[in-house]
Amino acid sequence: MASSKKIIRKKDFSLLQRMYLPEIFRGLMTTFLQMFKPKITHQYPEVRFHPPASFRGRPVLVEEQGVERCVACGLCSRVCPALAIEVQASETDLEKERYPVKFEINMVRCIFCGFCEEVCPEEAIVMSNEYELAFSSQEEAIFGKDKLLIPAEKLKERLEFLKQNR
Amino acid sequence: MIPFWIILLKIVVVLGVLMTAAALVTFLERRISAFIQNRIGPNRVGPQGLFQIMADLVKLVMKEDIVPTAANKTVHDIAPMISISIALCTFAVIPFGNTIELFGYQVKLIIADVNIGILFILAMTSMGVYGVSLAGWSSNNKYSLLGGLRSSAQLISYELAMGLSIIGVLMVAESLRLDQIVMHQTRYLVGWLPAWNLFVQPLGFVIFFVAAFAETNRLPFDLPEAEPELVGGYHTEYSGMKFGLFMFAEYANMITSSALITTLFLGGWHIPFSENWGVSPLVMSLLQVLAFCVKVSIVVFFFIMVRWTIPRFRYDQLMNLGWKVLLPLSIANVLGTGLAILLISS
Repeated sequence: MASSKKIIRKKDFSLLQRMYLPEIFRGLMTTFLQMFKPKITHQYPEVRFHPPASFRGRPVLVEEQGVERCVACGLCSRVCPALAIEVQASETDLEKERYPVKFEINMVRCIFCGFCEEVCPEEAIVMSNEYELAFSSQEEAIFGKDKLLIPAEKLKERLEFLKQNR
Repeated sequence: MIPFWIILLKIVVVLGVLMTAAALVTFLERRISAFIQNRIGPNRVGPQGLFQIMADLVKLVMKEDIVPTAANKTVHDIAPMISISIALCTFAVIPFGNTIELFGYQVKLIIADVNIGILFILAMTSMGVYGVSLAGWSSNNKYSLLGGLRSSAQLISYELAMGLSIIGVLMVAESLRLDQIVMHQTRYLVGWLPAWNLFVQPLGFVIFFVAAFAETNRLPFDLPEAEPELVGGYHTEYSGMKFGLFMFAEYANMITSSALITTLFLGGWHIPFSENWGVSPLVMSLLQVLAFCVKVSIVVFFFIMVRWTIPRFRYDQLMNLGWKVLLPLSIANVLGTGLAILLISS
């Protein structure tokens, strides 16, 4: 593929350009003006990055009226390429009839692909916007239901995003 | 006769200020480079990150000092010492102020008032290359050796142009003493323009400035430590405080070069039009020292700006620039200056 850009060779330079110095001062002017532009750095622990709705943070279970949406069908566990999800189903008196007794995601294994969210028929597991995931041991990295359940109000942005883009 | 202890006091003060300033410049370099790249830079330790210097120092001192088994241990130890001592020695002949009255003595604000000031500086900076070359050779590492060799080749191609560019200044000032050169710049050219050599010798100024970058191994010409090609260059095999000394020597050299540029071309401690301010001599002397510091800081700032603006020259481009451009230009400058002096005096 031929580039549309004109190739500039040294013989095409004007005398001023050949003298280096004027061009160097032009470059210095550019860098000098850059110094007064706004900084793009986040002062991390104080100022946190708020990810957009399309961000795939740690997967969480959606909780509605104190109960998870999950019906423990086990599709997420089947589709997970890293085998990070473990679900154990049981029966319940609620309308949905099934619920997970045990729902564990091993955050060391999770690759944040979002397949679980994509495959879920109930929109019960979604990718949140949490990205601060550091552990000091393997055991600590296995998230049970206690850490996974997040009220639906807190996940509004992502649920809205999924509605529009699925 | 000035007593011994006053000279000692001058040495202690100047050395202290120089070392503090060199450490401060390492910090400034990081902050300014960050600002140029729209970042913030180190700002966590102390006010505006100012104590980062101390944190760095502690880190360097605590680090393990690794010497490669194949290295020549003695030379490996001596090389950083050469670098740092030469970087600090060079400042001895630079006048940082006019005479000042201190404890009843007329004290010249210069550590060693030698009559061959410029030659001393040129000799010392040429010695500085031994630190780099020996470091490169003694590490017994191909990258280090190449870095060391490059530094000597670079020195040869730049020292000539540098020396010749100073000759113009010497012809104008008719002295090798640095304080005499500064004195000569306190006159005025056409009433409002101070006779700084920047205006008298613009070509010499440009050549000297470019050569100063090569002399201090700063970025457009930092071939001895060209990271993408030579890993770390001559200090690849150095760690801990020995590496720190090389780093420190680079920044001390930068300050010395800036001070030299200030002295030779920017009027040294001279403040234009300060003659008719009518302040007391003591205040005047202090103001002049301050003016010297301000001028040096401006040049140092320029050094840093250039480093973060211009990409590295290729090796052959550097040689081309040194031998085919700067050397003829500096010779032409000497001839032109001679001609001008002849025409004006006759």
